[in-house]
Amino acid sequence: MLNYIIRRVLQSVLVLLVVGLVAFAMFRFVGDPVDNMLGQERTMEDVERLREQLGLDQSFVVQYYRFLEGAVQGEFGISYRQGRQVSEIIAERIPATLELAAVSGVFALVLGIGLGVFTAIRRDGFASNAIMTLSLIGVSLPTFLIGILLIYLFSVELGWLPSFGRGEVVQIGGWSTGFLTQSGLMALILPSITLGLYQMTLIMRLVRSEMLEVLRQDYIRFARARGLKQRAINFRHALKNTLVPVITVTGLQLGSIIAFAIITETVFQWPGVGLLFINAIQFVDIPVMAAYLMLISVMFVGINLAVDLLYVAIDPRLRTEGKS
Amino acid sequence: MTLRFTAMATALLATTAMTAAPLDAETLRWARAAEALTQDPHAQNEGPTTTLNHQVYEPLILRNMEGAMEAALATDWQPSGDDPNVWVFTLREGVTFHEGQTFDSADAVFSLNRAMSANSNFRELLSGVVDVRATGPYTVEIETDGPNPLLPNNLTNIFMMDEGWSTENDAVEVQDYAGGEDTFSARNSNGTGPYVMSSRQADAQTVLTAFEDYWGIGEFPLSASEIVFTPIQNPATRVAALLSGEVDFIQDVPVQDLERVAGADGLGLATAPQNRVIFFGLNVGADDLERDSVDGANPLADRRVREAMDIAINREAIQQVVMRGQSAPAGVIMPPPVHGWTEELDAYPAYDVEAARALMEEAGYGEGFTIQLDCPNDRYVNDEAICQAAVGMFAQIGITVNLSALPRAQHFPLIANGETDFYLLGWGVPTYDSEYIFNFLYHTRDEGRGSWNGTGFSNAVMDEMIVGLSSEVDLAERDGMIASLWQMAEEELIYLPIHNQILNWGISDSWSTVVDADDQVKFKYFTRN
Repeated sequence: MLNYIIRRVLQSVLVLLVVGLVAFAMFRFVGDPVDNMLGQERTMEDVERLREQLGLDQSFVVQYYRFLEGAVQGEFGISYRQGRQVSEIIAERIPATLELAAVSGVFALVLGIGLGVFTAIRRDGFASNAIMTLSLIGVSLPTFLIGILLIYLFSVELGWLPSFGRGEVVQIGGWSTGFLTQSGLMALILPSITLGLYQMTLIMRLVRSEMLEVLRQDYIRFARARGLKQRAINFRHALKNTLVPVITVTGLQLGSIIAFAIITETVFQWPGVGLLFINAIQFVDIPVMAAYLMLISVMFVGINLAVDLLYVAIDPRLRTEGKS
Repeated sequence: MTLRFTAMATALLATTAMTAAPLDAETLRWARAAEALTQDPHAQNEGPTTTLNHQVYEPLILRNMEGAMEAALATDWQPSGDDPNVWVFTLREGVTFHEGQTFDSADAVFSLNRAMSANSNFRELLSGVVDVRATGPYTVEIETDGPNPLLPNNLTNIFMMDEGWSTENDAVEVQDYAGGEDTFSARNSNGTGPYVMSSRQADAQTVLTAFEDYWGIGEFPLSASEIVFTPIQNPATRVAALLSGEVDFIQDVPVQDLERVAGADGLGLATAPQNRVIFFGLNVGADDLERDSVDGANPLADRRVREAMDIAINREAIQQVVMRGQSAPAGVIMPPPVHGWTEELDAYPAYDVEAARALMEEAGYGEGFTIQLDCPNDRYVNDEAICQAAVGMFAQIGITVNLSALPRAQHFPLIANGETDFYLLGWGVPTYDSEYIFNFLYHTRDEGRGSWNGTGFSNAVMDEMIVGLSSEVDLAERDGMIASLWQMAEEELIYLPIHNQILNWGISDSWSTVVDADDQVKFKYFTRN
């Protein structure tokens, strides 16, 4: 058991190291930050000097080693773009992204399950056919287009919702939240829908097909024969049995909600880590790009590691394998 | 249960009819694509950063929005009577910083020295300065390595900081990226400007409030008591924010949305030529081009080929089709407000494919050749589209152009490293003088000058004249030198001018302003209608 855990943890660390190495190997293709950092009046001498100062004249392996050296001490360096500590910038930005991801996740889950059950129960109704057709749009339209369409409808034409930003935020310790003000809540609506629409349709279609499958099972038929209320059958017996795959998918999608947030954040000027990353790429802000990529890979690797460890808890076969 | 959930969610969506928040009558909400990078006044010489700092900090001499130099923290500046290498500045008295300190000559000397330090982005503007000294509480002398008639032009973006504040807060040094520590001044501001930075979250919102003890109260309109700045990168969102009334002023209206903004109720466009010219650079210096089809020779080294390319560009078509009218075709790589500009220089050659083909034939390239054009795709207005249009135009005279469009972070290093044969570049002239163009674009590339000359062009006579410009005190003589330099430059034709950009600001009818040719907003001049 312990053996297995140690092996998984070591594998995860290896994955992280490889991700970092690949990232640093790619940074040179993103461009040269020096040109952005020095103004129009720079001389060739300035360019050389700064390149040397930043260690950009070194090979990417050396640069990567220096990054790791700092990273293990919790030092991610200074952002080339903002001249501030990277760790501080990321800590400042992450609440915006996590709040957006949480609201979109809840939106996707609640509406996805609700509509999925509805369309499964009223399989041939007009409303469920309409929902199924509309859901195709959610799957097929690109995120930025949905965002811009929502902005034009709800901000420009109707004037109901803000088109950009987080509204007013309240600072609680190191965490800035938009949940406590009216403008903060309003500002969450359009970006959350934009970000969660794809996941919502995915969950909805998943719930629907699982539900249709379950409703054909014998125990549902027997339950009906026994005269149980339709409601109890649908929700207490059928829905519960469809939720296992839904939970698995939701867990996996949580990571991609945070990753997909990049596009949504750019469209809505949402000041989260996704926007930070896009700007870092445009500026070739290597310290921020490196820290962000490491953060995201730690997150994905962490989720996977947790899942793997859960399997050990659930599946006794893995435990015996460890012993032999 | 689930149905109830659905109903609740729908209800939540429906109850969001937003009541427009009551607006402070004097709040001006401003948005533009780019965010300022830092609050440190000497760390980044870059448009959006300087623009934001212009509200908070002030230079000795300010270029106002009409483009004229105006007294700011210096009330008077004269060359010294005793020494032709010295400029004497009389400083404004009774100026206080936002935190209450008094501005005097010690602060000016400190700030100028800071702007000349190794990590400052502004040091090249002050490269000839050998000494800055205070000769009285409100007089400062700047000594240069030779007579420098245009020194005041270079000071319009050099901001003044308080010496005591900088020393106390360990902000004497400009941001040193390698040091691993951030500088206090990158996140805190203490200027003498009309607005105080009261809160700032980068990429989200910056709030500026009017400075109560500003020296210019009564002199300038100062109509906005509060300015809320939000960068909005996505052009569609930015225009939507203006149309929906969430912002009052956007600095960059995309050309495809101009009619929409102009036609909207309560909104207007303010338009003016920008101090930025767009042109192609040709590698004339290499013996053989790496990315062309001609072996052992450089077709661009032949002036006839360059001239053929020049007249093969249909500048009016680019203006009408690519730019939707929002550009002014150019015949010289110098924006009109720059000293040295004349109408004759800016006259562009007629588009003439027949003559261009004849020139190609004469140069021995009647069969044409293949070449690579490097073009940025996120820097100038419709930059990639301009290049695409040019590809078609050059094809008509037999030149097959392979277009390589890259983001700015990858494009500009090609020019810096001399890895391009043919490229697009835009150039603005913050000093409003031709010398700036010659220094960076025509002088032979060496450690000090010619850093943006990616053409490999080198002309010893021109180099000598360019160096001479900086110390020529006889202004009439100097103008003569500029004119003959331009004549030589036009003769060489190492750059093919395309057009000058036009700025379009979208603004609510409640406010009025003139458009600054450098795209640098100075809110103290804004008036409320």
